[in-house]
Amino acid sequence: MSDRTGAWFEDVTRHETAASATAIRSGSHAEPAPWPELAVESGAASDEDDYYDWLHDATVVATADAAQELERADDRQLVHAVRAMDDCRRTANELAERLAEWAGTVDDDPGTGVAYARRIVADETAIEDETITSLAERVVDLEDEALALEERLDRVAPTVAPNLVALADPILAARLISLAGSLEALAKQPSGTIQVLGAEDALFAHLRGHAPSPKHGVIYTHEAVRGTAPANRGSAARAVAGKLAIAARVDHYAGDRRPELERELAARIETIQARDGATESTEAGTDD
Amino acid sequence: MTDLPNGVERREFDGRERLATEGEPVYGEPTDGTWRAWDPNRSKLGAMFELGFETVFDGGPDERVLYLGAASGTTVGHVADFSGPTYAVEFAPRPARDLVSVAESRSRLFPLLADARLPEQYAHVVEADIDVIVQDVATRGQARVAIENRRFLADDGRLVLAVKARSEDVTAAPTDVFDRVRDQLSETYEILEARRLDEFHTDHLGIVARPR
Repeated sequence: MSDRTGAWFEDVTRHETAASATAIRSGSHAEPAPWPELAVESGAASDEDDYYDWLHDATVVATADAAQELERADDRQLVHAVRAMDDCRRTANELAERLAEWAGTVDDDPGTGVAYARRIVADETAIEDETITSLAERVVDLEDEALALEERLDRVAPTVAPNLVALADPILAARLISLAGSLEALAKQPSGTIQVLGAEDALFAHLRGHAPSPKHGVIYTHEAVRGTAPANRGSAARAVAGKLAIAARVDHYAGDRRPELERELAARIETIQARDGATESTEAGTDD
Repeated sequence: MTDLPNGVERREFDGRERLATEGEPVYGEPTDGTWRAWDPNRSKLGAMFELGFETVFDGGPDERVLYLGAASGTTVGHVADFSGPTYAVEFAPRPARDLVSVAESRSRLFPLLADARLPEQYAHVVEADIDVIVQDVATRGQARVAIENRRFLADDGRLVLAVKARSEDVTAAPTDVFDRVRDQLSETYEILEARRLDEFHTDHLGIVARPR
């Protein structure tokens, strides 16, 4: 064949199902063509029925494999990425504290945290001791690594759990999946568990009988929880956890988008926050 | 009531007339011999048949169909039951897994994991001169998707489209969303019929169109 047609079957033969599936998955072409006719004309398939049988075998294998790989890969990737991001950030902060203490002994204008480390790295003349500036570089590198991981989470999370990400944000969605272990595990959690994921210490203290029950775990970072007055935060956390539980189930079992979840949650939070003013003035402070 | 395509019949299930096609059951739907009921509440295309749209399907083994947004294969399974070669495009991996099992018992149903907004991803597989494109994608830019996929449609082919208002803009009034979609669509397609599917699907518009 002198002219390349761009057909999926161009470089494979009739009974190579695995290679045919790969050609389906990896190929692309700008415009369609009468592929069945071309396949018969070129002798790739014996007739049109033969062509369609071949196409059926190849597309079934291609799609089954691709779906499985994507599903497997993505929520594991997300869990690793969010854990690595948290590790980088925690370590950066710890080292930054050590750095601030040390650099403070030689710097006339000492600062704190990762921002201080960035200043030391940017201004080479600030500190002469190379050991200290090198330590500052490590802190900055770790923080940059955390930012790169965060970017990756922003990109991957919406494909793994679109509804969860729409209700929370990519980082919170990834944290919840990570705490549960996988998207499937999260989809199987009751909403009361999702509400306190990440507050295990407080929960067990409560179960041992010497602490009040925690109102929220990592979903505290959700703006609907944080933005609600403390007295009503338990209600807000429960509402958020309820919708997140549904979103996780849709993402795992169905996979389609349900924009109505966002609307319903927004309406519920509005009702709860409307109580904020009332509760504060009477100082009732109940957690319904 | 308009004629149904060959291979789609109204049959009685538990004393109620329902749409049905012949094929392997997919989602626990009621069956009657080799026939299985088609639930219009779970299928936009089924709803369009129930509402008497001129969907211009003929039915039969020579009809070629491209189905965009096949999801778990609930509807495309019925389409493959009464049509010829049927290409089913779905973007999300989880429903694609179910789509594959629907395709396994249907030798002329071809599942493809691809993004309907990017036809180059499957133009090396989907043939030219398709008779009917069915589109039910829950993404923003549904008119765009229909326009991009015009390249697959025969000049005398038809587009059968279900527009989901909420996918386009959650906050806008559905009627405004539908007007916008129709406007955009009319660059490339002539709209033959457009009616709301509210009886079965809230905030959805059914459209039948042909290429200009």
